[in-house]
Amino acid sequence: MSKKQKNGSRTGSPGQLMIPLVALGILILFNLFRDPSFFAIGIAVNNSGNSVLSGNLISIIDSASALAIISMGMTLVTAACGGQDISVGAVGAIAGSFFVKVLNRGSSITIGSVILGIIVCCLGTILFMLFNGTLVSVFRIQPMIATLILFSCGRSIAYWINGSATPQLISPIISAMGMTIPGIPIPTPIFAVILMGVLLYLVFKFTNLRLYTQSVGINEGAARLNGVNPVMIKLLSFVLLGVCVSVAAVIGVCRLGQLNHKTLLIDIEMDAILAVAIGGNNLGGGKFRIIGSVLGAYIIQMLTTTLYAMNVAPVNVKAYKAIVIIIIVVAGSPVIKAKISSLITRLKSRNESVAEKEVA
Amino acid sequence: MKKLIALVLALVMCLAATAALADGIKVGIINLDPSESGYREANVKDLNETFTAENGYDATFVTAPTADKQLEAAKGFITDGVKYILVSAAETTGWDDVLQEAKDNGIGVFLFDRMIECDPELYTAAVVSDMRSEGVTAVEWLESLGLEEYNILHIQGQLGSAAQIGRSEPLQEKVAADDKWTMVREGTGGDSWDPEEARKIAQAAIDAGEKFNIVYAENDGMADGVVAALDAAGITHGVNGDVVIMGFDCNKWALRKLLAGEWNYDGQCSPFQAKLIDEMIKGLEEGKEIEGLNELKQIINVEKGFDAKTITEDDVNTYGLGE
Repeated sequence: MSKKQKNGSRTGSPGQLMIPLVALGILILFNLFRDPSFFAIGIAVNNSGNSVLSGNLISIIDSASALAIISMGMTLVTAACGGQDISVGAVGAIAGSFFVKVLNRGSSITIGSVILGIIVCCLGTILFMLFNGTLVSVFRIQPMIATLILFSCGRSIAYWINGSATPQLISPIISAMGMTIPGIPIPTPIFAVILMGVLLYLVFKFTNLRLYTQSVGINEGAARLNGVNPVMIKLLSFVLLGVCVSVAAVIGVCRLGQLNHKTLLIDIEMDAILAVAIGGNNLGGGKFRIIGSVLGAYIIQMLTTTLYAMNVAPVNVKAYKAIVIIIIVVAGSPVIKAKISSLITRLKSRNESVAEKEVA
Repeated sequence: MKKLIALVLALVMCLAATAALADGIKVGIINLDPSESGYREANVKDLNETFTAENGYDATFVTAPTADKQLEAAKGFITDGVKYILVSAAETTGWDDVLQEAKDNGIGVFLFDRMIECDPELYTAAVVSDMRSEGVTAVEWLESLGLEEYNILHIQGQLGSAAQIGRSEPLQEKVAADDKWTMVREGTGGDSWDPEEARKIAQAAIDAGEKFNIVYAENDGMADGVVAALDAAGITHGVNGDVVIMGFDCNKWALRKLLAGEWNYDGQCSPFQAKLIDEMIKGLEEGKEIEGLNELKQIINVEKGFDAKTITEDDVNTYGLGE
């Protein structure tokens, strides 16, 4: 088996990244023509006396962090279950509540209590995600319906856990996690994305999880006959999504230094599903490429920041974003793809026939 | 058999009557959801701590975020035969029928925190904040800074709410009247006064390269959201910074930021109406008239604004809400 074929069978189709890469390229070109200073990066000193990198590019990569991390997990759930988890925003609020609850128990916030907070937050979130996973894998409920339960009640549960409307976390450690670590001008959330990416890469490199997930997503029955337990694989995808949601929630809480259970990670489920779709992944499950979804997340954020830079108010951004996203999704649809490839072959054959005539 | 039923009924009524006597003044309190904000949390807690059995009350508390649930609760209280109803209404209209029914049944109605648009005859008194004076105080403070120019980033609250209108209008009027004052950008944190939305508005202004030196946010959470965007972009703020930060509500954590010089101003919005209402009810029970009401039967809670340069540790502990 040649190396190329092997890659092709292990990951999504080779052309999968075409759509997100082209979309990203167009956005970059558009901004270059509109205003080259869009890409300028500067260094400024903020109130805490830290040097921070500033500029639109940094703002895009930084702001997209939570979305990028959640879309990694969403890709896995999509691939294994052939459906999406729409409760990630609400479960994110629960995750944030666990984190804040642990930190506000002690008198002061220390590195130890932060680590404990993250562990408790991860475990608690995984528990809620296992609830989703059980409904989907054991009871075979449509993922969107199964996760509708936590989608609607998750934010109330978050309030019960934290027991206060907007608990505050005021500590240099928290601002270092949500903003920048003193001495390092790069925003910390960017490191969290890299960390999660590397972690997932290692998991896929040293286990057969990718192969198993894809086989369950493509044909559950065939996977079972070959000794793969679909229930376990689906549950595992929800567990990994739970870890992603926890990290994203911690970023969200630390960024503001407070928890608002009503608005933490609000509407992120829709953007995450979009990121998966823009990344060229099949929303019906099967083969997947996480890097595609991550690219999708950055495209969504770049679009938002571009619109901000063009003086579109945040409330209106959604409408403009929708237009661009329709174009990207339609361009990536099988119908259009088939049309384009047939157009290319026709052009090629016509060129060949013209060339033949010239020869004659 | 009939005799037995009559006997049982009579017994039950006797029990109910003695229970009512023993439990003190029967009041029904209708509030909004405490998870709404730090303000509401403090408000609900204040009422819970004031209308207790030890203080001579038999109080039932209902917190409901929507008008229909609140109206339902009010009707329930009327059927229950409470003596007083206390309301902080989710919506300003639609209360006329219920309030009329309460009046017909001789029930006293106190409005707190939020006004209802109806004939003042339908309620006994209202204990409210003058949101407009909060806005006027803030704008006067801003003017007293005597800056060369005022380039303002204005983060509004839930559009159409009394707090938003009262805090927005004085600023908007000043901007319209004075050439030195410019509104760089105006946005809203939406119905939940969302800090994250405020952060996005500030981020958008920074991304678009707009220069502002004043942040006028209509509550503490949203001011904090803007500050997060400023910190990320490396823009200094507060007493020694480039941007003046203003918030409202006086949460304890916000006042601490004033004390640390990270913010410049915080306007008070007092959630403590329970004590005033308690005094009025006790007065009525002793047969006294309520005094000091204006033409809308209001008693205005006195409120102030705090400056980062003059605030003290005592102010934080006395006026700060929550922990």
